[in-house]
Amino acid sequence: MAGYLGKRLMISVVTLLFILLILFLLLQFMPGSPFNDEKLSVEQVAVLKQKYGLDKPVIVQFFRYLGNMVRGDLGVSYSLSPNTPITDLLKNRFPVTIKMGFASMMAGTLFGLILGFLTAFFGNRILTFIYNLLTLLGIAVPSYLFAMGFSYVLGYKLKLFPLLYDFRAAGITQVMPVAAMSLGVMAVIARFAKAEASEVMKSDYVQFAKCQGLNNSTIILKYILKNSLMPVITVMAGLLVGLLTGSLVIEEMFSVPGVGSLLTNAISANDYSVVIALSFIYSLLYVVVMLILDLLYCLIDPRVRLGGKPE
Amino acid sequence: MSAANVYVPVKEDFVPAPAEYTENAVQEAAGGVRHEMLKRFFAYKTSVTGMVILIVLILLGLIGPHISGHAYDQQNLSMANLAPRVPGLASLGIFDGTETVPKTDGAVRRNRYEELGVTDTYYIFGTDNLGRDMFARCFMGLRISLIIALAATAINLVIGMNYGIISGYFGGMTDILMQRIIDVIGSIPTLVVVTLLMLVLKPGMGSIIFALMLSGWIEMSLISRSEVLKVKELEYVQAARTMGAGHMHIIFKDIVPNIVGKLVTQIMLSIPAAVFLEAFLSFVGLGMPAGTCSLGTLLSDGFSNAMLHPYKLLPAAIIMILLMVGCHMVAEGLKKATE
Repeated sequence: MAGYLGKRLMISVVTLLFILLILFLLLQFMPGSPFNDEKLSVEQVAVLKQKYGLDKPVIVQFFRYLGNMVRGDLGVSYSLSPNTPITDLLKNRFPVTIKMGFASMMAGTLFGLILGFLTAFFGNRILTFIYNLLTLLGIAVPSYLFAMGFSYVLGYKLKLFPLLYDFRAAGITQVMPVAAMSLGVMAVIARFAKAEASEVMKSDYVQFAKCQGLNNSTIILKYILKNSLMPVITVMAGLLVGLLTGSLVIEEMFSVPGVGSLLTNAISANDYSVVIALSFIYSLLYVVVMLILDLLYCLIDPRVRLGGKPE
Repeated sequence: MSAANVYVPVKEDFVPAPAEYTENAVQEAAGGVRHEMLKRFFAYKTSVTGMVILIVLILLGLIGPHISGHAYDQQNLSMANLAPRVPGLASLGIFDGTETVPKTDGAVRRNRYEELGVTDTYYIFGTDNLGRDMFARCFMGLRISLIIALAATAINLVIGMNYGIISGYFGGMTDILMQRIIDVIGSIPTLVVVTLLMLVLKPGMGSIIFALMLSGWIEMSLISRSEVLKVKELEYVQAARTMGAGHMHIIFKDIVPNIVGKLVTQIMLSIPAAVFLEAFLSFVGLGMPAGTCSLGTLLSDGFSNAMLHPYKLLPAAIIMILLMVGCHMVAEGLKKATE
């Protein structure tokens, strides 16, 4: 366990260092410099460069940059809101995005489990058809297309939900974006839950429980659900990535003031420092979540700990 | 047992089987399996439906931009924002170019074809705000998106397959080193890679393909590696090795044909992923430059107009859904057939 943990931690740290190196290099290659003002004389530019440490060798600059990023100093915005520290820009936006992502994950997982388990247990024709249709659409159709459909039909035509996000009524205004994002999650979870449950239902211990004359509800609740629920965690890593990408477009569509819309705005305003800082945040989030899920997986399925060697 | 009793084989003991016999037997056995796979694939309703959808879409992508009588980039400002009008159906009162336009004092129904006096003109999908034919644009967009997706997938396949095969086949230190590299590169979110690259590169088809390539090959390589690991210990590969076959022969003649099924499935899944990412780039303003069109630019332009003129969004959205669903249906059929 400790060895596996160490290896995974090492990989995560190396990955983050690698990402920081790429981001730093990108900053070096971006056109223009912070002191592109013609009014500045050569001496003044030299003084400014000395002040900000830009006269030091590139290696030294990289380690300073690294130190700042690790300490949580992401730099300042150039053009979106000049000279505002990026951490200040993020402070209010972060909770919004996290809440929406969390809600989508929860809603998708819940409905996915219900759909998958119901189909596995009582797989009659109608249910199987609904399951096939919903999982195919959920997996194939991108969340932004669902969002478009919802906002036109539910929001604009039927006027059931507000079209744009409003922080005073965050609950109801989030229904459509969360629904659009959770459909994909639901489809993947449903498929996984159904496959797991069907597998467990065929297993010897469930057959044995049946032979002992236990009634169906006991078998389902005590044996099948319990044993097929845990592995579902393992598919969540991939889903999270989808949510990150999806939330970018969806936040823009519903004017949700989250991290995603900040990134889209920064891209269109050419605010490189914000784009790069956000890229780092996204990578950090992703790497940390992958690490946690890997460790959870390893706790659930002890075979992983043996270094992937099948017996 | 003393060494003297051990029979030492001489060269003459080994008589190679007649070449045509072994070749034929192998071919037939392999052909049988492949035939069986194809039969299973075509017996499955979902995969056949998916195939039909994809073939129709590809044909439409080829001929669609040329059959409406209007070029996809031909502007005609006097004909801007027309609703769909379909020959034949127009006389029945549906799809005759009438649309309901919301105004501050309630909705108004109007037919701009009649207002302009061009009732003999038909735009099947309507026109956009520059008077360009949406029918030609939608299928041109489909064509561009398909080209981007196919090119990116083809490059991913070449890089990923070779990387995975080398890593899995040679094993040992090579494998460990190559997999650690994958661990690091694979931990960078695709979204970040693609966004950053598009900031640095000039917008256009080549850059989009390049950006998609950098992120897409990893999945392909993981799949080919795990398949190679399974196949390389099988008897027939061992037999080939014993018979003195070289690495290249074993890899391309014995291993690759047996992992094709899994790879094709992965191809069918990476095409929609590429289309998805291309559209995503258009949404965040890093997609195809103005003037050209792709499903992504059509969707993002259409969405900004959707409340006023929903017909600008609908055809592109339906095409995209069909493309995605079609690919996934085929992939599902392949998965079932190769199991």
